[in-house]
Amino acid sequence: MATQNLIEVRDVTFTYDVRPVLKGINMTFARGKVVAVMGQSGCGKTTLLRLIGGALKPTRGEVRVAGQVVHELDTDGLYRMRRKMGMLFQFGALFTDLSVFDNVAFQMREHTDLPDSMIRDLVLMKLHSVGLRGAHGLMPSELSGGMARRVALARAIALDPMVIMYDEPFAGLDPISLSVIGNLIRRLNDALGATSIVVTHDVQESLKIVDYCYFMNQGVVEAEGTADAIKASTVPYVHQFVWGEMDGPVAFQYPCPPYTEDLNLGADRA
Amino acid sequence: MRSVRHVGGSVVNGIWRLGYASRFFVLTLLKSPVSFRRFHQLTMREVYFTGVLSLIIIVVSGLFVGMVLALQGYETLQKYGSSEAVGTLVALSLVRELGPVVAALLFASRAGSAMTAEIGLMKATEQISAMEMMAVDPIARVIGPRFWGGVISMPLLAAMFSAVGVFGGYLIAVVLIGVDDGAFWSQMQAAVDWRQDVLNGVIKSCVFGVAVTAIALFEGYDAPPTAEGVSGATTRTVVTSSLAILGLDFILTAFMFTGV
Repeated sequence: MATQNLIEVRDVTFTYDVRPVLKGINMTFARGKVVAVMGQSGCGKTTLLRLIGGALKPTRGEVRVAGQVVHELDTDGLYRMRRKMGMLFQFGALFTDLSVFDNVAFQMREHTDLPDSMIRDLVLMKLHSVGLRGAHGLMPSELSGGMARRVALARAIALDPMVIMYDEPFAGLDPISLSVIGNLIRRLNDALGATSIVVTHDVQESLKIVDYCYFMNQGVVEAEGTADAIKASTVPYVHQFVWGEMDGPVAFQYPCPPYTEDLNLGADRA
Repeated sequence: MRSVRHVGGSVVNGIWRLGYASRFFVLTLLKSPVSFRRFHQLTMREVYFTGVLSLIIIVVSGLFVGMVLALQGYETLQKYGSSEAVGTLVALSLVRELGPVVAALLFASRAGSAMTAEIGLMKATEQISAMEMMAVDPIARVIGPRFWGGVISMPLLAAMFSAVGVFGGYLIAVVLIGVDDGAFWSQMQAAVDWRQDVLNGVIKSCVFGVAVTAIALFEGYDAPPTAEGVSGATTRTVVTSSLAILGLDFILTAFMFTGV
């Protein structure tokens, strides 16, 4: 019987050279849910995605996806697992030498023996689901940022994955595109019965669509809970982050000597 | 003490990079069957991009090099009363040395730098990572076809360079200066040996093709994913390839033509 959690991160520590990025974190991602992982830039969110996708190996601990320990898989096993995963990169990462149609068809051609006519229908259906069926003949250079993100989303769901990972899906989007992408993440997750992990620091947009949320700070999980619990959180770091306060645990000033000392105030100027 | 540490660090870094480059090259060769079987159309496309699109610079350069060789050669040879040998001089210079070497230098500047920039930008825009996440091996899908495209193109471009160069020499020596047509071609035919000259020239250009393409692809794949990183990698491709071509040319010439 399948467990309720599709992905389990157990006591994971990861260091780049000697710099610790993740320090013994524990997380679970339940099947069918949209889960956000939030935190400042550099807190280890993208590293977490790379560990789940098997691009990095943890220094300690393990990541399990559908019961398999990711870092114990060989290359073939890892590639088999990745075929069941979709990933939306921060700026889409569309193949610039391929058209919108060919980008979405890429995985179907690589991993299936489907006839061209069926691939055509499937690609148009995927593009229709993100509202860009009419753009199938365009090249990536002809797309706006929001459109590129939607094409990348269509490409990420090309093989109906069990996990969809989003790396900063809202970065650099106008309010309309922001709302469109947010709604698509929720709708596609529910339609496909997938599990979505949204790595973001756009609190307001992501809290509208997620079922659960983790807050990371300096490599540890600072807080977790539902969107309402996070909004009501009194943890100083979470409160500052959610309400966008200028000063708090994350100081406005970069560490420096006292202001008076730098300006030489009170010193003997003789 | 600091300078010793700096030198030591550079040496260790250089050895590490050499090891990484060797591993990259071996992986490319090991995955070549997949590249050929599944992505042969991409390999042909790369032959077009690196070969056909380099033709203009190769043809124009070859023509001028051949013309200059004929002018210079004629000036010297006529002093010894053997101006008809100018065809031999032009052909041997081109087939043995200038054809493979100059074509490879031009190939490194035109196609090698383009390959590095393309792969570097693919990395910077996460296209390589996206491919890996889609369970598609970028070495087999991206690197392999480009490598073989370059290796196939290089000897063809060198042959084209030499052929056009000989024609340029003919234009100057026979058409412009008035060297005897029959003597020009017959002396050339008698002096140029198929195995010793032509085949060795082809081997040289194949070796240069492997070296330039491998360097270009490695530099692109290893480039830091920033604008500065890609620009630095492109520069390194041209510099390292040029030095590799000249160094390899010396070694190959020593073995091929002097019996070392």
